[in-house]
Amino acid sequence: MNEKEDTWDLKIKPHSKWYDLRLGEILRYKDLLLLFVRRDFVSVYKQTILGPIWFFIQPIITSLTFTVIFGNLAHISTDGLPSILFYMCGITLWSYFSDTLSKTSDTFTTNSGIFGKVYFPRMIVPLSVVVSNLIKLGIQFSLFLAIWLYFFVKTDKIHPNETIILIPFLILLIGFMGLSFGIIISSLTTKYRDLKFLVAFGIQLMMYASPIVYPLSIVPEKYKWIILSNPVTSIIETFKYAMLGVGEFNWFHLTYSLVFTIILFFIGLIIFHKVEKSFMDTV
Amino acid sequence: MSNVVLKAENISKQYRLGQLGTGTISHDLNRLIAKLRGKEDPYLKVGDANDRSKTGGSDYVWSLKDINFEVKQGEVLGIIGKNGAGKSTLLKILSQVTTPTTGEVKVRGRIAALLEVGTGFHPDLSGRENIFLNGAILGMTKTEIKNKLDEIIEFSGVAKYIDTPVKRYSSGMMVRLGFAVAAHLEPEILIVDEVLAVGDAEFQKKCMGKMKDVSGQGRTVLFVSHNMSAINNLCTRGILLESGMIKHIGNISDVVSKYLDLGVEGIISEVKYDINEQKKFQIIGAKLLDKNDNQILNAIDVKADFKIRINYLFKENFSSIHLTVFFTNDKGEIVYFIDRTDFADTYFSAETGEYSTTLLFNAPLLLPGRYSVTLGLGNTYTSDNDHKFDILFFEITNTSAFRTSRAGYIFKPVEWPMNKIS
Repeated sequence: MNEKEDTWDLKIKPHSKWYDLRLGEILRYKDLLLLFVRRDFVSVYKQTILGPIWFFIQPIITSLTFTVIFGNLAHISTDGLPSILFYMCGITLWSYFSDTLSKTSDTFTTNSGIFGKVYFPRMIVPLSVVVSNLIKLGIQFSLFLAIWLYFFVKTDKIHPNETIILIPFLILLIGFMGLSFGIIISSLTTKYRDLKFLVAFGIQLMMYASPIVYPLSIVPEKYKWIILSNPVTSIIETFKYAMLGVGEFNWFHLTYSLVFTIILFFIGLIIFHKVEKSFMDTV
Repeated sequence: MSNVVLKAENISKQYRLGQLGTGTISHDLNRLIAKLRGKEDPYLKVGDANDRSKTGGSDYVWSLKDINFEVKQGEVLGIIGKNGAGKSTLLKILSQVTTPTTGEVKVRGRIAALLEVGTGFHPDLSGRENIFLNGAILGMTKTEIKNKLDEIIEFSGVAKYIDTPVKRYSSGMMVRLGFAVAAHLEPEILIVDEVLAVGDAEFQKKCMGKMKDVSGQGRTVLFVSHNMSAINNLCTRGILLESGMIKHIGNISDVVSKYLDLGVEGIISEVKYDINEQKKFQIIGAKLLDKNDNQILNAIDVKADFKIRINYLFKENFSSIHLTVFFTNDKGEIVYFIDRTDFADTYFSAETGEYSTTLLFNAPLLLPGRYSVTLGLGNTYTSDNDHKFDILFFEITNTSAFRTSRAGYIFKPVEWPMNKIS
């Protein structure tokens, strides 16, 4: 009897060990992940006239708005850079973070219909959001590059440097941070809906606590630690430093963001996995 | 022993009743405190059996309680029970949509559920794209789907519209496509719930055939349905659930007949009356019988003849007596009314004495459903009468057809001649 105990492929139990995350299953369902990405991408702009051009319009309009309000009206410094380039640099990376966070933060509530009918590793859904937003980032990044190239040729204010090789790492880091925040929030909202109201508000607040509409250099020394304790700050700063040659690059701050993301991600995974098994009863 | 592919051990599932959200934090805290002190979850001890008709004292209810069973490879297991018996909860646990509160299910091989066809269809995507999406959701890989794509499209019968967005599909087409994908899944254990309830008859036949194939290939099927003829046809063994507990498990025909017994709680097939000194004539008893004159205790199949035996008594001679029978359905409508005089020209006369009349009702006559019987005996000239309202109760069921019920009142077969004109 004992030898046969081990031949079961699957055991459905009320509780499992917190470290039993069944990550192997995600690999088995990788096709589903890609199909979800495709679905998100294709369906969003179906029956629109401009189609994928909307991907360009969003960052341009936002950058122009920021240029008018924060640059022309509020006269906030851009470290001597053309303001449109400065804002777009921050917005491109920030919107990847905020889109990922807000879209993964309602994973359970928006998918409860399908989750209630069929089992697949729930993590596939937020992961597919990370990937489809990555494609969107790619498109917006190429727009930013075009503008960046224009100013690079026309002016001598831009000084990209060797930290540019860190950019893939920065993108990965900020994507996972958005994902981690998102899955934690989505896990908690299955039971306590209050958090849902905080998400939109919280993202906005976090944006102003990140050096997007202002350079880190104008923050008074006294309050700098507040801005720096925001794990997004160093990622955005490093990105700006790499592409434009302004801002601060600090290994210590970047390591802080990395460690923060790793810890947050594991906490997220554990909570998410715990919730995915029983959320149908509480959602 | 080695070919047991699914084993459920003591699984139970508890749900909390009432408004969700109020007091959950305090309950969560109590649970946490109990856990930290190494004690058992305080809310697991409470809970009533799942009986919807009664109001329990507790906020918690056991939707399933101590379910134990085994399924062997290649077996088709039917799961039946009345609404609310816990069938869906059991399937949800088996398909991993939710976890049991206690107990464990062990599975050998891949398990896939076909709970509702078309799950995860995206309206903007074409039929073809949705085949891939739906297949992947159900656990197939892209290559598996690609290899079977033509077969799936052919099975669905919507080849013409395969590149049209599914939002333009009729609901029937959606169901066909959904089932086509699911039917080409190749899990070791397939869970099917009520999918046969939709689609046209031809397609249902196709589906039944497919399910038979699946089990023929040595794979295991768990089938939940209210359609007893489908259950009888497909399944080898069955489980009957009642109020979250296993009422009976075993051979499918036993289980189905136990289920039919269940459906007719409150059946009354015999009544007797004391002799009333005031009355000159009266009904003294009535009995429901099958065609072999055995008392009916179970539901009556729609195709089975049944009889009503009426015993009555005259204390003097009468010349103008009439005897009436009518059936009332559960909505209170009289669906069938017949009098002794209806197809005769005269009232009948009777001498003093005790009589028995047995009426034979040739099936099919009534739609499946619950009925009560009212009897009346009367003297046309004096208007004296003895009426017994709703004294017998019986149920007609249909276990041998795809459709177990229809609208209307009567259920008589007709010939369907088809003359080709051109």
